[in-house]
Amino acid sequence: MIELKNIWKIYKNDDLETVALKNISLEIKEGEFVAIMGPSGSGKSTLMHILGCLDTPTSGKYFLDGEDISKMNDDELAEIRNKKIGFVFQSFNLLPKTNVLRNVELPLVYAGISPKKRQERAKEALNLAAFPNKFWYHFSNQLSGGMMQRVAIARALVNDPKIILADEPTGNLDTKTGEIVLETFQNLHDKHGRTIILITHEPYIAEYAQRIIKIKDGELIDDFKNNNRRIINNK
Amino acid sequence: MKFKDLFSEIFISLLANKVRSGLTILGIVIGIASVIAMVSIGQGASNQITKSIEGLGSNLLNIIPGTLRPGVGIVSSGRGSAQTLKNDDVEVIEKIDGVYRVSPEVSRRFQIIGINGKNTNSTVFGVTENYPIVRNLNISSGVFISESQNRSLARVAVLGPQAAYDLFGDEDPIGKVIKINKINFLVIGVAAPRGSVGFVNYDDIIYVPLLTMQKVLAGIDYLTVMAVKVESKDLINQVRDDIIYNLSIKHRVDPQNPDFTIASQEDILGTLNQVIATFTIFLASIAGISLLVGGIGIMNMMLTSVTERTREIGLRKAIGAKERDISLQFLAESVVLTLIGGIIGIILGSLIAISISYFAGISTSVSLFSIILAFGVSTIIGIIFGYYPARRASKLNPIEALRYE
Ligand SMILES: Nc1ncnc2c1ncn2[C@@H]1O[C@H](COP(=O)(O)OP(=O)(O)O)[C@@H](O)[C@H]1O
Ligand SMILES: [Mg+2]
Repeated sequence: MIELKNIWKIYKNDDLETVALKNISLEIKEGEFVAIMGPSGSGKSTLMHILGCLDTPTSGKYFLDGEDISKMNDDELAEIRNKKIGFVFQSFNLLPKTNVLRNVELPLVYAGISPKKRQERAKEALNLAAFPNKFWYHFSNQLSGGMMQRVAIARALVNDPKIILADEPTGNLDTKTGEIVLETFQNLHDKHGRTIILITHEPYIAEYAQRIIKIKDGELIDDFKNNNRRIINNK
Repeated sequence: MKFKDLFSEIFISLLANKVRSGLTILGIVIGIASVIAMVSIGQGASNQITKSIEGLGSNLLNIIPGTLRPGVGIVSSGRGSAQTLKNDDVEVIEKIDGVYRVSPEVSRRFQIIGINGKNTNSTVFGVTENYPIVRNLNISSGVFISESQNRSLARVAVLGPQAAYDLFGDEDPIGKVIKINKINFLVIGVAAPRGSVGFVNYDDIIYVPLLTMQKVLAGIDYLTVMAVKVESKDLINQVRDDIIYNLSIKHRVDPQNPDFTIASQEDILGTLNQVIATFTIFLASIAGISLLVGGIGIMNMMLTSVTERTREIGLRKAIGAKERDISLQFLAESVVLTLIGGIIGIILGSLIAISISYFAGISTSVSLFSIILAFGVSTIIGIIFGYYPARRASKLNPIEALRYE
């Protein structure tokens, strides 16, 4: 479903050139749970931006669902993001002073879906993200970090995307709430068959995924099936 | 994004920033309110002057001595400075077809003393028995000056209501004596109120016989103005031409270049309204400047808002907002702010106008035109000053925006 072919990303600032991605080629199939791991500055976020259609590569080709993304303009990319991708960020990025339900509905607002349908789907997504319904009408800024991230996950799920991209989703959370978030991803994958790409610099978090891709200095250095997958089992 | 959703987004984000939204609205409120108030004052003044001038008599031609200098205007031409109009000119004009009555007049300011040392400094008009007919003057008590009183240089006076009050307070002035320029005059009547036009207060005038004025008070033999009442409106131009021709012959001057000027009531009205229009435009431009300041306030607030909400914009773009969605949202936010400001401003401006006429006695008129104008102007300000911030927001790179702290 995802196919990267010889992707290069070079940032040019004045005279300074930074090669953030060097000749990356990889494939990710529907239903996979992949971790992209590497030290800070290795190019993980750059890769995620390209995978998430937030940015286009300097050279190389990116096929998502058979469509060539590399040549699309900003508005076409926005539409792809709206329909096929769900983002979960390290810093949640919820709208403050706006209630949980509205936050989750937002991608559907831009998709032009009717308010009634939006509400239904937002509530479904919140249930899927294990978000308790007694907080549905709370302002997002009144929630704890773990709760906020679950709202963000619900928002990422609400448009029924092909891929969920999570960039250091536990980076701002303590270990315990981090585990709850990871458990949510695990359930989404194991029980609901979602495709999840988890980006992290911590090997221990990467171990929750089925497959681990390691990058360093913009280069893909390892790509293997995780045979010692960590599983959270609370019940 | 759908139109309805755009509005709920705007509503949410404006409410999330109540104080800032409120302050921005305030800037527009002040601008619009002052425009409305200023224009209403100008409009009111214009309406009042039109009404008052019409009340001073219709189908009137005013003959003023001297020539009208182009560019200076009728109103400001030196009244009384030239001495070309004489009493026997009246006979020439009365013979012209279409002339109904002629009122020759001389006006001067004098010190006037009533009873108990009360005194005023009023304008005294020397007039004939034709004055009330030509100038629409009514008498509220007593009688007006008669032809024989004029011929016999009688020392009688008719008081305007304001002058009567100033000289006698609540006492009945009829039959009492006043001193005009130290000469005794018997009060024979009091005129009904007529109000004031521009700087002339018609209620403060004192009327005496024309010849008494000329021979006893002023010691002159010329007239300051002659008012001619024409039989009907469509005869005005013809009568005007005949007066110019006949009076020029009598004065032995070229009719192309007479030594007097004729102004119809409409001419005076036109000139005065022109002055008021200029004055209104002047007031409105001052108000317009405050509107401009309000607009810059909007732009400032929207730019701050774009900066503060950089991450939010980044997020919206990440989850699928197109450039148009973002720019429309910010543009609409600015238009909604200016429109709210515009509506409050219209209400406030009208209230100001109403209280000005209530407390200061200046008549005002809030017209539909100025309300529509204010609406239009506030919307346009919202679009113009919201455009740049909206564009800036829509062009933000989502990656940079999400990273922004
Ligand atoms: N907008 C940019 N302009 C210039 N250099 C950038 C930009 N974004 C990232 N980089 C550089 O690209 C490299 C990879 O960055 P990034 O993808 O953020 O790494 P990671 O997420 O793994 O920490 C770093 O050297 C970083 O400095
Ligand atoms: Mg990163």
